[in-house]
Amino acid sequence: MNGLKKFGSKIRVPALSISVALLVGALFIIFTDIEVLGGLLSDPIGALSLGIGRAATAYSALFRGAFGDPETIGKALASNGDIKLWARALRPIVESVVASVPLIFVGLGVSVAFRTGIFNIGGAGQYTMGAVGGTIAALAFGAGVTPAPIAILLVMIFGVVGGAAWAFIPGYLKARVGASEVITTIMLNFIAGQFVFFLVSNFEFIQKPPRIQPVSKELSQFVDLPGILPIAALRMDISIIIALLTAVAVSWFLFRSTRGFELRAAGLNLAAAKYAGIGAGTSIITAMLISGAISGLGGALVAVGTIKQLSPGIAGSVGFTAIAVALVGGTRPSGVVATALVFGLLQHGGSLMQVQTGIPIEMLLFIQALVIAFIAAPELTLGILKNPFRRRPRSVAK
Amino acid sequence: MRLELQKITKQFPGVLANDRISISVDKGQVLGLLGENGAGKTTLMNILSGLYRPDSGKILIDGKERIFRDPAQAIDAGIGMVHQHFMLVPVFDVTESVVLGNEPTKGPLGSFDRATARAQVVELSKKHGLHVDPDAKIESLPVGVRQRVEILKALYRKSDILVLDEPSAVLTPQETEELFEIIRGLAKGGTSVIFITHKLNEVIAVADKITVLRRGAVAGETTPKKATAAKLAEMMVGREVQLTVSRSKSKVAEPILQVKGLNVLNDAGGLAVNSATFEVRSGEILAVAGVQGNGQTELVEALTGLRLVDSGTVVLEKKPLHAGSPREIAMAGVAHIPEDRNRDGMVKGMTIAENYILNTYHLPQYSKNGLLNRKAIAAATEQAVKDFDVRTPSINTDIASLSGGNQQKVIVAREFSRNVRLVIAAQPTRGLDVGSIEYIHRRIVEQRDAGAAVLIVSTELDEVLALGDRVAVMYEGRIVGILDAKEATRERVGLLMGGITK
Repeated sequence: MNGLKKFGSKIRVPALSISVALLVGALFIIFTDIEVLGGLLSDPIGALSLGIGRAATAYSALFRGAFGDPETIGKALASNGDIKLWARALRPIVESVVASVPLIFVGLGVSVAFRTGIFNIGGAGQYTMGAVGGTIAALAFGAGVTPAPIAILLVMIFGVVGGAAWAFIPGYLKARVGASEVITTIMLNFIAGQFVFFLVSNFEFIQKPPRIQPVSKELSQFVDLPGILPIAALRMDISIIIALLTAVAVSWFLFRSTRGFELRAAGLNLAAAKYAGIGAGTSIITAMLISGAISGLGGALVAVGTIKQLSPGIAGSVGFTAIAVALVGGTRPSGVVATALVFGLLQHGGSLMQVQTGIPIEMLLFIQALVIAFIAAPELTLGILKNPFRRRPRSVAK
Repeated sequence: MRLELQKITKQFPGVLANDRISISVDKGQVLGLLGENGAGKTTLMNILSGLYRPDSGKILIDGKERIFRDPAQAIDAGIGMVHQHFMLVPVFDVTESVVLGNEPTKGPLGSFDRATARAQVVELSKKHGLHVDPDAKIESLPVGVRQRVEILKALYRKSDILVLDEPSAVLTPQETEELFEIIRGLAKGGTSVIFITHKLNEVIAVADKITVLRRGAVAGETTPKKATAAKLAEMMVGREVQLTVSRSKSKVAEPILQVKGLNVLNDAGGLAVNSATFEVRSGEILAVAGVQGNGQTELVEALTGLRLVDSGTVVLEKKPLHAGSPREIAMAGVAHIPEDRNRDGMVKGMTIAENYILNTYHLPQYSKNGLLNRKAIAAATEQAVKDFDVRTPSINTDIASLSGGNQQKVIVAREFSRNVRLVIAAQPTRGLDVGSIEYIHRRIVEQRDAGAAVLIVSTELDEVLALGDRVAVMYEGRIVGILDAKEATRERVGLLMGGITK
């Protein structure tokens, strides 16, 4: 009971933030609809009900895109094991989970840095360099050069090394000369993207023949990650399992190991950490190495397993969304996983919403931004929950 | 009655900060408002100065009820606050500082009328006997004079109810005496003064009337004639209090800490500690007195490895420590109770257990192969919490939720958990309640009796005199004198604190 209560108080703000953000998003849909606005003066009630209907349609598409269509699921249930129907029924939820995998990895990665008090904005760059490492490993060791399990292992190792090496640069600069990690990591994000561009447009080893487009060869010809679902048409591979194992490992590292203890102490109070004999420089570099390694692992697995190709824009918006995931999840591994899943649902659901209702997927960015804003102002969010109609107290006490 | 607060109540989430507090002060009267940290003094004054609104209760000025919606209205009503931390612009001169916000102007463009302003300031300071040079830059003034500027500021705004919040915290005993003269002079001229403090002797010296607050409520009212320090302390704490630390004579043995020609730089690169030479012997307490900011902080940081030693030597039982890291120094047997416990002493957001092992987590009893031994940590913390009487629901409670006294007990427990040869305690009781002060003092004396050398740095003269077997005084980075407890009278130490070595 006590544990449940504790859990409840932990997820209260995030859960409320997501609900309120969805609500505000609905208002936004209603009041940006040209027809609704046009009819608002002549026939306000009609216009509003039209708007509400549109929002409902949009969210229903969002829901079906995220979790699956109840109707299709019903058919699949009734079909007595029709693989094709089942694949159709489960595809949305599976794709939502797949979309959350990069967010889990990079969210965990930046969380380790945040816990140490380092604002590592370089998740995208570290993820990208991990993808580079994974791609090179796949091209070099895949396609029968080494047995498949070894090739997969090498993909992971190269990813870890790529991400960690990329994160080492800002970590070292911060520890040695105090360079702001915010600036260096952002810059390294751009450099990572351009580096990929250089690789995939200049090397026959990597570039896809006939070497016109700046993308790599199809990686599935070299290494394929084993799927974990009995339905081959659903692309869910072992990377989700590795992501969850990584979350467990990060949690264990942060809360059970002496190194994790040092990093957390340094992150919460650097002066007290120094007082306790914890070296600030070592903490910074350690945290960045681990942070980059996790993001890099994610990059390698997603590039090889999910996207099956390396391209300059491989990180997409993962870097920044993952920062949101880390913050919403309270930089706690369990929270990061849960938030990444929610964001994955929103992301995949949003694409169906765009197809079916024409409401652009950017709407989801708006909702995500709102979630972050609400999380950042817990007092405001809890105030909404308590009693929206309560009169403000007469005192001006802070 | 010039000012009357009637049954002021203010509730904050979880705390009743003010519980039907009534105080009053007459024209020309000095009210001493006495209470420990957390007794509700500051909340009450914030209500009086218009920062907070009371939940209930009335503020009456000359018998008429007033409601302050913001600080400006309180100032209009004649209430002037002099805060503990001065609100002055360092590069302004005295005249500019005093008139800031209400500058006299001239001409159609309303340009600053310096001549008039200066004349007004000169006249005001003459009238009230507050001697200041109107053209001196604030940054060049000693703290005592800056305080006079703050008082002038209030008077310039025609305040005749002056509230002084812990005004003696930054002053030497002699400067404090001068402040009392000023207060008496102002009262004679008809100003009402509310003097907030936790120092018993001060209210007895300067107040006409004393109101004691305890846990947000009025614990009693008295006058200096009827009151004794012991009686006031009892009212303040709610039980009988031992004002002196009981301790046996020290059994001084061999030197443990030897410091020779120590030079330490401050953050700006200036010389903060200037060729300090002293030793602390086994079984004695060396108390370092001095007004805040005379190099004590840098001295302690250098001794504990938190700041680089510029030159000179620090030797702990033949082991040189001037180049040691904080960990090496701690492991060599130095316990360090830091000056700013919030900044250095603990990690808020971590549990009591985690804070208990903050600088020993790497020892084999608490970790193996890079993994924390949570069982051993919990067991050791449970024992420490019991031994040091830390009041907490659990060892897994965030240390931030404890009271200052209990936080300090966790820190002291941690520091004394190792083999201790030298205790370095900086401001070990700052901001604590009387009960915790007694407790911490006793624990420190216990270490001395067990044969450790103890170095206490404190700006509270009472603490220095109560604990020191010898008293060293720091002034502008130098140790200007080391006295035996017998010779260390309030006057002698006070003069040294002001840099007067005669």
